[in-house]
Amino acid sequence: MTDVRARPRQRGREAPAGRVGDSVRRPDGPTKVQGRFAFSSDLEADGMLWGRTLRSPHPHARIRAIDLGPALAIGGVACVVTADDVGGAATYGLIAADQPVFASDVVRFVGEPVAAVAADHPDTAQRAIDAIVVHYEPIPPLVDPQRAADAPSIHPDGNVIRRVRIRHGDPGVTGDVVVDGTYDVGMQDQAFMGPESGLAVPDGSGGVDLWVATQWIHHDRDQVAACLGLPADKVRVHLGGVGGAFGAREDVSIHVHACLLALRSGQPVKMSYLRDESFLGHVHRHPAQMRYRHHATYDGRLVKVEAEITLDGGAYASSSSAVVANAARFACGPYRVPNALVDAVAVRTNNPPCGAMRGFGAVQVCFAHESQMDKLAQRLGIPPVELRLLNAMATGDVLPTGQRITGTAPVAECLRAAVAHPLPAEPGDELLERPGGAGRTADLRRVRRGVGVAVGFKNLMYSEGFDDDSEARVRLDDGVAFVSCAVAEVGQGFVTIAGQVVRSVLGVATVVLEPADTASVGSAGSSSASRQTWMSGGAVLRASRLVADQVRSALARRLGVPPESLLLTDEGRITSADADAHTPPEVDVTVAQAAGREVFEATAVHKHRLTEPLDAETGQGQADVSYAFAAHRAVVDVDIDLGLVRVVQVATGQDVGKVLNPAQVTGQIEGGIAQGVGLAVMEEIVLTDGLVRNPSFTDYLIPTFADAPEVLATCIEQPEPGAPFGAKGVGEPPTISSTAAVVAAIRSATGVDVSRVPVHPWDLI
Amino acid sequence: MPTLVPRRLSEALDALADDPSLTVLAGGTDVMVGVNYGQRRPAGVLSLRRVPELRGWHVDDDEVVLGSATTYTDLLAPDLARRLPALAAAARTVGSPPIRNTGTIGGNIGTASPAGDTLPVLFAVEAQVEVASAGGTRTVPVSEVVVGPKRTALAAGELVTAVRVPVAAGPQEFLKVGVRNAMVIAIASCALVVDLTRRQVTCALGSVGPVPVRDTAAEMWLRARVDWDGGRLSHQSVVEGFGRRMAAAARPIDDHRAPAAYRRYAIEILARRALERAWCAS
Amino acid sequence: MVRVVRAEAYELVVNGVVRRVDGALETESLLRVLRDRLGLPGAKNACEQGECGSCSVLVDGVLVCSCLELAAAAAGCEVTTIEGFAPEGASAGAEPSDALLTDVQQAMVDAGGVQCGFCTPGFVVAIHDLLDRVPRPTGPEVREALAGNLCRCTGYGRILAAVEQVVSVRTAGPAT
Repeated sequence: MTDVRARPRQRGREAPAGRVGDSVRRPDGPTKVQGRFAFSSDLEADGMLWGRTLRSPHPHARIRAIDLGPALAIGGVACVVTADDVGGAATYGLIAADQPVFASDVVRFVGEPVAAVAADHPDTAQRAIDAIVVHYEPIPPLVDPQRAADAPSIHPDGNVIRRVRIRHGDPGVTGDVVVDGTYDVGMQDQAFMGPESGLAVPDGSGGVDLWVATQWIHHDRDQVAACLGLPADKVRVHLGGVGGAFGAREDVSIHVHACLLALRSGQPVKMSYLRDESFLGHVHRHPAQMRYRHHATYDGRLVKVEAEITLDGGAYASSSSAVVANAARFACGPYRVPNALVDAVAVRTNNPPCGAMRGFGAVQVCFAHESQMDKLAQRLGIPPVELRLLNAMATGDVLPTGQRITGTAPVAECLRAAVAHPLPAEPGDELLERPGGAGRTADLRRVRRGVGVAVGFKNLMYSEGFDDDSEARVRLDDGVAFVSCAVAEVGQGFVTIAGQVVRSVLGVATVVLEPADTASVGSAGSSSASRQTWMSGGAVLRASRLVADQVRSALARRLGVPPESLLLTDEGRITSADADAHTPPEVDVTVAQAAGREVFEATAVHKHRLTEPLDAETGQGQADVSYAFAAHRAVVDVDIDLGLVRVVQVATGQDVGKVLNPAQVTGQIEGGIAQGVGLAVMEEIVLTDGLVRNPSFTDYLIPTFADAPEVLATCIEQPEPGAPFGAKGVGEPPTISSTAAVVAAIRSATGVDVSRVPVHPWDLI
Repeated sequence: MPTLVPRRLSEALDALADDPSLTVLAGGTDVMVGVNYGQRRPAGVLSLRRVPELRGWHVDDDEVVLGSATTYTDLLAPDLARRLPALAAAARTVGSPPIRNTGTIGGNIGTASPAGDTLPVLFAVEAQVEVASAGGTRTVPVSEVVVGPKRTALAAGELVTAVRVPVAAGPQEFLKVGVRNAMVIAIASCALVVDLTRRQVTCALGSVGPVPVRDTAAEMWLRARVDWDGGRLSHQSVVEGFGRRMAAAARPIDDHRAPAAYRRYAIEILARRALERAWCAS
Repeated sequence: MVRVVRAEAYELVVNGVVRRVDGALETESLLRVLRDRLGLPGAKNACEQGECGSCSVLVDGVLVCSCLELAAAAAGCEVTTIEGFAPEGASAGAEPSDALLTDVQQAMVDAGGVQCGFCTPGFVVAIHDLLDRVPRPTGPEVREALAGNLCRCTGYGRILAAVEQVVSVRTAGPAT
C-alpha cells in the first residue's frame, strides 16, 4: 500500500474541551492557521503522476474522431484515457446516471470532459491535453430554457428533467387585489476556495484508494466503483481536506478520471484544477425565470399564489429533480397561503450543468415571493413588515403541499428580531464606507439609503421519501473518546460539534476524530441540506449514549446494583438515581472515569422519520422532515447616478432550534449572508450561447473584505421536536432571504423596480 | 536558457539586444497569469528585479522622475502622493495590497491595457516615458508609447526605464467605477488635472477606448469658461457641458463586464464630479 | 512544437533556510516551487492569478502573491511562508505543534475566523504584515488592507474580530 503523505501525515484531530452550547474552538483550527492542515490539493505520494482533463470548447457538438497520438508521443506522458477506457458504467449521476464519464459521441456543454492524461509534471500533462486532436462537428446549442421543453431532445432522457405541479385549495378563487411579477435569478457559482483536487492510488491488486475533497464519500465510492466496473469494496474513498463546498462537491469531479488514470498507469495520480477549470468542472446554482401572481384581500391576507417557475438545469440532471421540487414547495414563502397553483420545471439545455448550491431552489423562489410581497405591500399601502407578520406561518399551519408544520416555525419572531436591530449610522467621511469605495466616485448628495426586509425558509434534511441515515462509531479507551464518522467536514465545523456531543455524554476531555474513509465506517450521508448536525450529530449522540449505557451497566455490575439506580447526566456524568441515597464515591464521576481502562465501543445509525413523495398531479404529500426559517433586513447606500451599491448592514433573525456552538453559528450566518449579498449585487456566471465568459476570480466577483456588510444576528431558539438537542441546521437559511432583502433595500433607495439578480449598476440608472 | 537576472541596466539592455524575444518581467502581475495558465510559454525571461537604475524616484525641477520599477505601493507613500495625487489615487485602486507591492508603473505602461489604472492619469498629465535600448535612449510622450489595446510602440530590445510626471500644479482628481469595492477592473475611469500655473485643464478617460481618451477641444472649451483669476467656473452649466462633451468623446464597447451605454453614461457623471471637486479644491 | 525550458539550479532562502531548487521548469511560480518541490504546501492555490491572496508570502519582507513570482527570478530572495511564522521564542526548526501559534494565529482560532481554512494561511501572513506596518489600524484600514484575501466561508466578520482582538491585546501590553 503506497504511503500517502499529507505533509505532515494526516491523523485524527484532538478536540479541545467544551460541551454542547459552548463556543468551542474547532479542533483543526491550529493546523489550519499554521498551514499544516492537509487539503486534498496538498497530498502527494511517491511516484505520483499529474492528471489533467481535456474539455469540450463547444456547447453542443458531435465528436467525429479523437486522435490521441500526438499526446502519447510526448515524453513523460504515462497514459491517456477516454470513454473507451471506462470499464464499468459509462454514465454517472447523483439521481439519474445521465452524465458520461467522458463524452464519446456528443458533447453537451462547454467544459464537458472528453479525455484525461497522466504525466510526470502538470506542465507535461497540459501539453499533452493541448496536443490531443478532437474532430468536433458543432451543433446549434439549445440555450434558452423557455424553449427547451419543445425543442428537439439533446439527451436520450429528454429535455424535461422534471415537472412539479402543486395544486392546493381552490384553483378558481381570486383576491380583491392581484399583483403580477416576473423575476429572474442569474447563475451563481459556489466559488469555494479549494479547487477540485485529490489523489488516486492503485492498490496493486486491481483496486484503488481515492483521497478527494467531496461532500459524501460513500455516494462517491458507489459512483466511482460503478464506473470502474469494480465491486464497492475495491474502491476506498478517503476524505481529503475540503476547501469549502456549498453544494459544488456533491457531484463527482476528478474522481473517476483520477482512478482510471491510476489504474491504467499503475501509479498514484494527483489531479488539481486551476480556477478556470474549476468554474467549468462543477455544477452551478440553477438560473430561474419565474412568473408570479399574488391574490390578496384588501386588508392584506394572502388568498392565492400562482407561480410558474423554470429552472435551467443545463446539460445533465445532477440534483435538478430535487432542486425543482424544493422550488415548488417553497414557492409561496413562509406564509399562510390557502390556495396555490405552482408549476415548476427543470429543463435540460446546453448551458453548464446546474445542481446543488446552498439554498437549493429556495433562494430563487424567495427572491420572487419576497419581491411580490413588497409589490403587494405597496399596492395595499401596508408596510412590508406588517404585511409579512399578518401572513406569517406558525406551527400548525399548512404548506401548499398539504403538509402541516408540526415542528417550530417562529417566522414572526425571526422578522421582529431582524428589524429590532439598530440601524447603522449614515455614511460619513470614510471613503470606503461610501458606494464606490476607493474609486472615489461617490457624491454624498447623490447617495440614498434604502432598507428592505425578506423572509425565507426551506426544508432541513432530504425530502420526498429519501430514506436518509448516518452512522457513527464511538470508542472509549482509557479516558479518550475516538469518533469514527464519515462526515465530510467542509468547513462548517462538524468536527467541533462531534467533540462537543461526545464530551457532553461521556465527560471526556479528549476526543479524537478518526480520518473519514468508506472502508472504516458506514455512510454519514451528504454534507448538504443543513443535515449533518441533526443526522450525524444524532448518530454520534446515539453511539455515545450506547457507550455510556455500557459503562453504566459495567459500573452497576461492579457495584452490585441495578443499572437503573445509576443516572446518566447531560454533563457526561454518572450519579445515583436516588438523590437521597448515600452515594458511594465510585458514583458521581464522569462516564470516562467510570470506564477506567476498559474499552467500550458502540456503533449507531441515526435516521429521521419517513417522509412521502409528492403526488405527481397535485404535489401533495408529507415530503419534509423539518423546516428552518430566517428573516433578513438589509440596509444599502446607493449612488443614484452611477447605480453603485454599498451593502451597509444586514440584520437577521434566524430560527436555529438550539445553538450548539455560538461562534460557529455566527460563522454560518455571516458566511451565508455574504453569499446572499454576492448574488444580489455582483455574482453571475455570464453565458453567451453556452460559453462561460468569466471563468476566473477576475470577472466572477465575490464579496471581498471591503464589500462585506456589518452583520447583526439574533438566534431564535425554539427546540425542534425530533432533532437531536432540538437543533436545526443553520447552513442554508442565512443565504435564502438575504439576497431578497438586499434587493428590497435597493428598490427602496432608488425607486427602481428591480426584478433580476444580480443587480448591476446599469439596472439602477 | 536560464532566467536572466541582470544587476545593471546595461546588462539588461544587452541581453535584450541579443535576444529581443525574451519576456521582460518586472512585477509579473500580468505576465505570470498567462504563464500559470499555460497561455504564455516564454522562451526566456529577463527579470528586472535587481536592476537598481529602475527603482526609486527623484524630483527634477517641476517633474518627478519615477523609475519604471516604481510600484503602486511606492506611489502611495506620502512624499510621492502629495506631489502626484491623481497617480496615488489611481494606484490605490489597483488590485490588492500584494498586487500593489509588486506591480509597477513601467508594467502598467508595457501591458497597455485599456483598463490600466494609471494610464488615464499619465495621459492627462502628458507624462514623458524614458525608453532605453542597447542602442540609446529616447523620451516619448506616453500617448506615443501606449498606442492600442495591449499594444505599445516599443521597438524590439527597448525597455521603459522611467516615467516623468509633472508635479501637481493644482487640483487633480481620479475616479474609477467598478462593480465591487476592491480588486476590480475599471469599467470607466476619469483623470482630471488642473494646472493653475499654465491655466489649463486636461482630462483623460480610461476603459472607454483602446487607449485612454482625451478630447482637446473639450479641454479648450472648458479652459475658456474658467475664471482663472477668481478661481471658479464661469457658470454651473459648465459642469454639465463638460460632462456631456467627455461622454461624447468616449469610445466604449460592450463586453462581459459592462455595456457601452453605461460606460459612456458613467463617464459623463465622472467628468462632472471630477470637475466639481477640482473646483471646490482650487 | 512546444519548448520546455528547465531553469538552471538556483537557491531560495525560505524561512531562514537555504533551499536549492534543481530541475524546475523556468515557468514555475514561487507558489508551485514551494508546494511541489520544497515540501511547503502552506501557501495555497485557490486561483494562481493574484486574485485571491491564498498564496500570500513575504519576499524580502514584502507581502506578495507567490503565484505571481517567477521562482527562478526570486533566486537569492528571502521568502517567508506561513510555515515560517512562529511565536517569538519558538526555536527555529522545532517540530510544529498545536501550541506554537502566533497571537494572530491564536486569535483566528479563538474568534472563529477559520472554517474550511483554505484562505487562512494567506490571511495570517497578510494580517501579520498589516499589523507590523500599522499597529492600530481602523476598521476601514483593516478592510482595505485585507481586501486582497478572499474568503468564501466566513463572510469576514470573525476575521475582523480576530484582528481587533490582536490589536487590543498588543495595545494593552504584556499581561501583568
